[in-house]
Amino acid sequence: MAKIDLVRGLLNACLLLCCASSYAAGGNIELESADIDPGNVNSLQRGARNFMNYCSGCHSAQYVRYSTIGKHLELADEDLIENLMFNAEKTFETIKINMQADSARRWFGVQPPDLSLLARSRGADYIYSFLKGFYIDPNHPNGTNNTVLAGTAMPHVLWQQQGFQNAIFVEEMVDGVTRRRFERFEPNIPGQLDAEAYDEFVRDTTNFLVYIAEPIRSERIRLGIWVMIYLLVFFIVALMLKKEIWKDVK
Amino acid sequence: MARVEAEIGKPKSGLMSWIDARFPFTKTMKHHVTEYYASKNLNIWYVFGVLSFVVLIIQLLTGIFLTMNYKPSASDAFASVEYIMRDVEWGWLVRYMHSTGASFFFVVVYLHMFRAMLYGSYQKPRELIWIIGMLIFLVLMAEAFAGYLLPWGQMSYWGAQVIISLFGAIPVVGDAIVDYVRGDYSISDITLNRFFALHVIALPLALVGLVFAHIVALHEVGSNNPDGVEIKEKKDKNGVPLDGIAFHPYHTSKDLVAIIVFLMIFSAVVFFAPEMGGFFLEHANFDPANPGVTPEHIAPVWYFTPYYAILRAVPDKFWGFVLFGVSVILPLFLPWLDRSRVRSIRYRGWMYKTALTLFVISFVLLGWLGLQPAEGLYVRLTQVAAVVYFAFFLLMPYYTTIDKTKPVPERVVYHGQN
Repeated sequence: MAKIDLVRGLLNACLLLCCASSYAAGGNIELESADIDPGNVNSLQRGARNFMNYCSGCHSAQYVRYSTIGKHLELADEDLIENLMFNAEKTFETIKINMQADSARRWFGVQPPDLSLLARSRGADYIYSFLKGFYIDPNHPNGTNNTVLAGTAMPHVLWQQQGFQNAIFVEEMVDGVTRRRFERFEPNIPGQLDAEAYDEFVRDTTNFLVYIAEPIRSERIRLGIWVMIYLLVFFIVALMLKKEIWKDVK
Repeated sequence: MARVEAEIGKPKSGLMSWIDARFPFTKTMKHHVTEYYASKNLNIWYVFGVLSFVVLIIQLLTGIFLTMNYKPSASDAFASVEYIMRDVEWGWLVRYMHSTGASFFFVVVYLHMFRAMLYGSYQKPRELIWIIGMLIFLVLMAEAFAGYLLPWGQMSYWGAQVIISLFGAIPVVGDAIVDYVRGDYSISDITLNRFFALHVIALPLALVGLVFAHIVALHEVGSNNPDGVEIKEKKDKNGVPLDGIAFHPYHTSKDLVAIIVFLMIFSAVVFFAPEMGGFFLEHANFDPANPGVTPEHIAPVWYFTPYYAILRAVPDKFWGFVLFGVSVILPLFLPWLDRSRVRSIRYRGWMYKTALTLFVISFVLLGWLGLQPAEGLYVRLTQVAAVVYFAFFLLMPYYTTIDKTKPVPERVVYHGQN
């Protein structure tokens, strides 16, 4: 059983495994703009597909209900059950994983974090850059490393899509200390998708993660416009009332 | 004016006279609302009192509904906030109103306090209003601090850890105080529970009581005005101040306009930018509290940063804590630090105007510096700004005595006329 779990864990593995040092890492690399379109339902649907196929083996999104996704992403219950719910029976369930926490720690050294709120704690650009930032590093246990989160425990899950790339670093002297600064990527083994298609793939996935971090986002903006219109009308009425009442203040 | 007064003064119905024989309803309404006279030249700076009251109501009402769905336990708190955000009907709106309200409370209270400094509203005979107001401010800080722990995110946890441990700087009893406040040897479920109790009942109760006293004291002596003229000194034959107009309907109709403008700004944040770029809801607080992982950069929410900056500007832990405490308390003594013969900035000399300008710059600068890492140039700048902050208060008895003031008019200035 543990072996099956391991195989599934590694194959399905994880998009974003931010190890415990995530706060200390990053910061010295410029993040690429994710340039997502939160209003694009098709992009969100593709993102949901990507997430459920490549992330949800290891990463839960324990606050996110399938039914909520269905409602906002215009997916019928049958669509949800057939295409997205690999690990749940009822649509009101949340996105959970089967992997045991102690197994995860044994395999990766750290438990893959829940992704419900990742976009709110790290931002879309972080996710986008992270998913594009894997490079070959023979010194690292799983053979790859990441420019955004150095030393991440997460393997390059999307290797079939992106292929493998090398990262070119330049050495610099900063305050008398030699530092490695990331300069650019160089393709090594090509994947199924070309660079542009992979960007789209990652962008859709990022878009979905931004969506699940705050599913009511588009609803609050839509409602907010009506609230502002109402207040504007109320403001005009109140101003006229004030002018009328203050007429006799000399 | 006569038309409006006729409307208000119409004969009372049977029910009203029945009530008035048993409860001073009409009397209270007259004293505090329909016959409370405030100067007719109150400007935009005078809306922040009523706006503070509006925010208080928003916080109390939204707080009730949050309490219905929130779970004050270390294992459930974070998840219950997400439950409110995702599964409770309109929960997201209530939560965003509450989190935005917390920041706006400080926005309007800081502006309200600044108004008092602009027009000398704390001067005799309004010292007690100012002192009660300062107590409100202190309780509000405690209320905000306790509330910030409740979502049980990383910043909730580590912010509380840092601030509570400050008390450890007190000699001898410091560590005992820290353990007593936390109820444990680190921030834990026990701390969360007691902070919940403080946040939802003890401190709001104190807050409402103090606000009541603040308004009673204000209505006893009457509102100040931008000229700092005592309007009660010039009354008509009915005993109504010549420059005064009734709170209702005049000031209420004006306040209503201000409230709507405020609600537009408030709603813009709630609906379009509830995180306010990480200032109102800090990004790191979307990670659940993890006692094993210290965030690289712990910064309090923006409204505490001026004082936090002062705390860090001092190399010594104990003296840093002392100066931090003094910087919060110092404004309490304004009524006695200010020796000026005039109230309003309109009739003060260049010294006070310069001092107040420097004070505002230093306060805003301290607020910004409190968000930066405590290193290098930032520390130097903080020290300079802190010196300006303290000098504003401590040198006040001196510069307000020698400052050359202008003559104050007998009546208030309204539309450029006395």
